[in-house]
Amino acid sequence: MTRFTEWSDLFAEHLHQKFKDKKGALLPFLHDIQDALGHIPPAAIDHICDSLNLSKAEVDGVISFYHDFKKEHDGRFSIKVCRAEACQSSGSEELVSHIQKRLTQDGTDTEFHIEAVYCLGNCALSPSVMMKEKLYGRVTPKRFDHLLTLERTPHA
Amino acid sequence: MTSVKIFIPQDAAALSVGADEVAALVQTQAETHNLPIEIIRNGSRGMLWLEPLVEVETPNGRIAYGPVGCEDVPSLFEEKFWEKHDHPLCHGLTEEIPFFKKQERLTFARCGLTDPLSLTDYRAYDGFNGLENALKMSPADVCQTVRDSGLRGRGGAGFPTGIKWQTVLGAESDVKYICCNADEGDSGTFADRMIMEGDPFSLIEGMAIAGYAVGAQEGYIYLRSEYPHAHRMLEKAIQIAYDNNWLGDNIQGADFSFSLEVRKGAGAYICGEETSMLESMEGKRGLVRAKPPIPALSGFFGKPTVINNVLSLTTVPIILAKGAAYYESFGIGRSRGTQPFQLSGNVKQGGLIEKAFGLTLRELIYDYGQGTRSGRDVRTVQVGGPLGAYLGDNQFDLALGYEEMSEGGALLGHGGVVIFDDSVDMAQQARFAFEFCTIESCGKCTPCRIGAQRGLETMDRVIAGDNVATNLDLLEDLCELMKDGSLCAMGGLTPLPVESAIQNFPNDFYSKTDCRS
Repeated sequence: MTRFTEWSDLFAEHLHQKFKDKKGALLPFLHDIQDALGHIPPAAIDHICDSLNLSKAEVDGVISFYHDFKKEHDGRFSIKVCRAEACQSSGSEELVSHIQKRLTQDGTDTEFHIEAVYCLGNCALSPSVMMKEKLYGRVTPKRFDHLLTLERTPHA
Repeated sequence: MTSVKIFIPQDAAALSVGADEVAALVQTQAETHNLPIEIIRNGSRGMLWLEPLVEVETPNGRIAYGPVGCEDVPSLFEEKFWEKHDHPLCHGLTEEIPFFKKQERLTFARCGLTDPLSLTDYRAYDGFNGLENALKMSPADVCQTVRDSGLRGRGGAGFPTGIKWQTVLGAESDVKYICCNADEGDSGTFADRMIMEGDPFSLIEGMAIAGYAVGAQEGYIYLRSEYPHAHRMLEKAIQIAYDNNWLGDNIQGADFSFSLEVRKGAGAYICGEETSMLESMEGKRGLVRAKPPIPALSGFFGKPTVINNVLSLTTVPIILAKGAAYYESFGIGRSRGTQPFQLSGNVKQGGLIEKAFGLTLRELIYDYGQGTRSGRDVRTVQVGGPLGAYLGDNQFDLALGYEEMSEGGALLGHGGVVIFDDSVDMAQQARFAFEFCTIESCGKCTPCRIGAQRGLETMDRVIAGDNVATNLDLLEDLCELMKDGSLCAMGGLTPLPVESAIQNFPNDFYSKTDCRS
């Protein structure tokens, strides 16, 4: 299967064929674009309107409602830190401060940014962090530094 | 020499602390030691403080080692952990560990025992017996059996599942739907995730039974996007079920067809509210719908729809396999059966405890949990997610049941219990309850949308010591308004953590230096 990394007529047609007959297709449609491109570009919105017979307001409204969908992508890598109660009880706020300090000190806040999330379902092994859809538990500041180093090492 | 069976979970929680890396190392170490092994990637046993939990099969049962880090693997092999059981990380027989031994596992009977994607394992442990029995019964009898079992909605609302099904069965429509609410967004809950990853066929079976019982041929699982691993497991399990005719046309030769599909949420807590979930599945903003009409009569695209939580649906198979009376024999009062409780936060032994309704919070916190991880005193627990009450020590003897909890001014919710030690500032927790509501409110009704914002601002003034008594009076009024005027539980229950925190821990609020008085 072709992996799409930029918006193209081919990608647009692929999505149209995949979703034109699906019930309530808008969310899966947007997910496919978000997953492939990291954001939903304006051209894609126009295409969705045509493909699913929706108004631009409807599509825009849905994009702005859900935290997962972004209309712009600054290229930074997202570190999702859980800030809900179970993680709060085990030091997630201290972890957030540590990460912020660490990114500023290293000057890597141009590459990485913290995204607050509310519950990753790993509450017994809190605090939890998610990077590139991979979940990490028992994340102390020290363990975070280690994970960040691994993340920055180019994979073989 | 027969190979040694070693179990290393593939549950997301176990993976989050290195289970994959441990499994890879166990494989290479076994080769180094010329030991023939078979690694089975099971679900989690629910003893999450021991993850990664490595089990080795012996004639007497499985022996548990945990938490096993990569650094521990060489010593396990040096000490021949498959023969001798005296390594410092050894806990003896898994099922004799007190945390596990005292449980009553009905819904989670298979979770952790089996390879979640092995249909052979599933069948060997009574899987699909419930569906086979159901297909021999009339749909009305299946609904009645679920009703007689006393099963109530495990998502938190506690509505009798059988009555909901009977309503959908009685609704006249050519098309009906089964929608599983797997938008497990409450902090402190992970049971849905655990069973979807550890025993996904049980959800498929439960949904197929529901479809047969009410006359629905299409099922959807609305899964939150924060659970990518559960998503992969469900997709694989669904494909296996299709390949083996447990989904699709004429299931196992019966006059019943059922299709199933996963729909991914997009990071909105409110979509765990059932009508908001329907809007989201229809491809819209997740705005809560006014009720009536109830989804049982007008749900997904206006058709009669069963909406059940993952735990309700995964409990249905055992009810159909062993009968309503068996399930109903567990529990207290009107809370029948078992509840998978989830113990988390600042706790020494966190994890999943499935137990008949009726045990107390104190048992959960101290017998199972063994107190806090930090070693400090337990100050409060929040029960039932971010919309649940903060309870103090004088309420820890409340019996865990739907009515028993609400009489004590709390709610059971999805069975999550989050422990905090004595360093917690309850004013900050109350503030967070409002802040969370400002972030996650769908915005449809004003009491929730504006109320949460005003609550947050008022809490900021209380924390700053600004006219504390007056502002707390104001907060009381605001909470009343949100409870009375909100469209759904988001706005209607946000006052619960706030008010319980003020009531049970007044010193955290009134002690704020009042710079004006």
